[in-house]
Amino acid sequence: MKRQGIAEALRDGIAEEMQRDPAVFCLGEDIAIPGGWGGAFTVTLGLEKQFPDRMINTPIAELGFFGVATGAALMGMRPIVDVQYGDFLLLASDQIINNAAKLRYMSGGTCQIPMVMRAPIGATGRGSQHAQSLERYFIGVPGLKVVAVSTAYDAKGILKAAVRDGNPVMIFEHKLLYGSKGARAEPGAVDATSEIPDGDYTVPLDRAVVRRPGRDVTILGWLLMAHFAAAAANTLASDSIEAEVIDVRSLSPIDYETIGESVRRTGRVVIVEEGPKTGGVAAEIAAGIMERFGEHLLAPVVRVASADVPVPFTPVLENAYRPDQARIVAAVRELLR
Amino acid sequence: MTTSHTSPNASSATAASAHDPAFLLELYRRLVLIRQFEDRVKFLFLEGSMPGTIHQCQGQEATAVGVCAALAPDDFITSTFRGHGHAIAKGLSVQELMDELFGASTGCCRGKGGSMHVGNLAKGMVPGIAIVAGGIPLAAGMSLAFKLRGSRQVTACFFGDGAVAEGAFHEGVNMAAIWSLPVIFVCENNLYGASTRVDLVMRNPRISDRAASYGFRGETVDGNDVLAVLEATRRAAEECRAGHGPVLLELLTYRRTGHSRRDPCNYQPKDEREAWATRDPIERFAEVLREAGLADAAALARIHAAVDAEITQAIEQARRAPQPTIADLTTDVFA
Ligand SMILES: Cc1ncc(C[n+]2csc(CCOP(=O)(O)OP(=O)(O)O)c2C)c(N)n1
Ligand SMILES: [Mg+2]
Repeated sequence: MKRQGIAEALRDGIAEEMQRDPAVFCLGEDIAIPGGWGGAFTVTLGLEKQFPDRMINTPIAELGFFGVATGAALMGMRPIVDVQYGDFLLLASDQIINNAAKLRYMSGGTCQIPMVMRAPIGATGRGSQHAQSLERYFIGVPGLKVVAVSTAYDAKGILKAAVRDGNPVMIFEHKLLYGSKGARAEPGAVDATSEIPDGDYTVPLDRAVVRRPGRDVTILGWLLMAHFAAAAANTLASDSIEAEVIDVRSLSPIDYETIGESVRRTGRVVIVEEGPKTGGVAAEIAAGIMERFGEHLLAPVVRVASADVPVPFTPVLENAYRPDQARIVAAVRELLR
Repeated sequence: MTTSHTSPNASSATAASAHDPAFLLELYRRLVLIRQFEDRVKFLFLEGSMPGTIHQCQGQEATAVGVCAALAPDDFITSTFRGHGHAIAKGLSVQELMDELFGASTGCCRGKGGSMHVGNLAKGMVPGIAIVAGGIPLAAGMSLAFKLRGSRQVTACFFGDGAVAEGAFHEGVNMAAIWSLPVIFVCENNLYGASTRVDLVMRNPRISDRAASYGFRGETVDGNDVLAVLEATRRAAEECRAGHGPVLLELLTYRRTGHSRRDPCNYQPKDEREAWATRDPIERFAEVLREAGLADAAALARIHAAVDAEITQAIEQARRAPQPTIADLTTDVFA
């Protein structure tokens, strides 16, 4: 057992998978540079010492190297490819959506793209183009699995499961949860460390997890919002409101079994999302809950999300943009009134 | 379709003698203004007064100043995440920039843009585009508008060596070429894209060579020689205005600060850093001015002191500047 943050846990997970399978390799910007940072948030720091031939630094060419990763995967390699900020997935999205996600289906099942994609998201004082929550753009892509990791334990286990999966898997990570150190540390970071077991383990790509049991209301969140939801639940507990907090974790497919078990008991749902309310993941989950468990709902599903605006720079506006503990608490109180 | 290579130390008192002394001293003042702005902002950022992240241009001031001094006030520039110098060179005030970096509603983007997106369209600068190469097709489009309207304006499009690898570079530059658009593509080649040295990501590191493959003129210029940059940009602007655009200028320079925030630049070899330190654009231009007899040490010191006072005043005012209110969160989304 050792205590690790997400960046360290991912690093170990990548190293262990590369050790286990020579087909695994990393592709990304500013990796494997002596004196460099190990990607934008230190995840791959130093791995080039162990795997000098399999840590491949790319030009700034997201469309190109996501296509390269797809091609290598098609030939049986297992690339782990990352963008420095999730926002740059938009440049790579043609290769991801039109090629990686569709080749299997288009080929009648003869092509396989075992590829892992990693993308940091979240508003962190950087303004509109280094801050977006990109999950929404990828959950509706058939052929693509989408997960979001909010603890170090999950990050390592999900990374490993994704590497071993036979499909393109997109892993969203949050800048405030990495626990990156030194010059790459983030102000305002939230503790997402876990006790990491010594041996090999995986975490399934299609399961949500109950972070806190409760009977009165179900709060759903992922990434930073899973942490804020847990904090809100603690506050509500002092008011004798017992909220059940579920880290949705698997955004596509969504685990309606775990969610449904909770919703049937509580009958009340609050979904928390960082990102504009319109067209978000929360809309998909809300519709999914309505279809499956509508008769168990005691009140309409509530969404706590960002305003329908680009991410603003100045901290007063950014803090108003990002849902926080107080807004989650208020939404739950309103729902239970 | 030629690619010419200017020798690395072309700047001289002879080149200076072709210009009005007041103009030359103003160029010097702008170089110093950018350097001191960046140095003070770095301090404010490190002490925690300033939110977010910063990308600075210490060592590269001559590219911004030389290019913008060759443009007319109604010409436009596009910029990147590293745009403080471009903004000052294009005529944005230190105050509107400082206010923006403090997130104030009096900033050039009313606190919504921040360091990576500084700009002021009324002064000819599009807000910085922080997606590498994202400004390149945009610049082509702006120049298409100039061409369609029959105006004589040009766009100077700043980007780094790293941007050349993006698809947007190829697509934007090619369209500018086939439609002979009035764009000056200004590549600030500082040898690194973030921590990655150019030779790791391009087989032909002479970026100006790429122009020929699109059928237009490219030129490599000593980007730490403000007069060489000025002259090259004037030539390029004239060609563009005459309908012979675009032009690609590769300005060789060096970043004498971190890529962003607290980057210690451990990937820059010490001897390389020291060699470039001897080619600092401000010290070199000071030397030119002294040799031409245009300014002695005392005159230059007065410029530094005046700039220092201006920035100190701007910081004091920015600290007291009003922040946006929550109501501002949802404004400015639609027309
Ligand atoms: C599309 C995209 N990919 C990656 C980044 C992250 N990033 C920001 S600056 C930078 C390096 C840019 O290098 P260069 O173009 O040479 O400009 P310089 O930083 O040297 O001014 C990178 C990789 C980005 N902003 N946009
Ligand atoms: Mg560069």
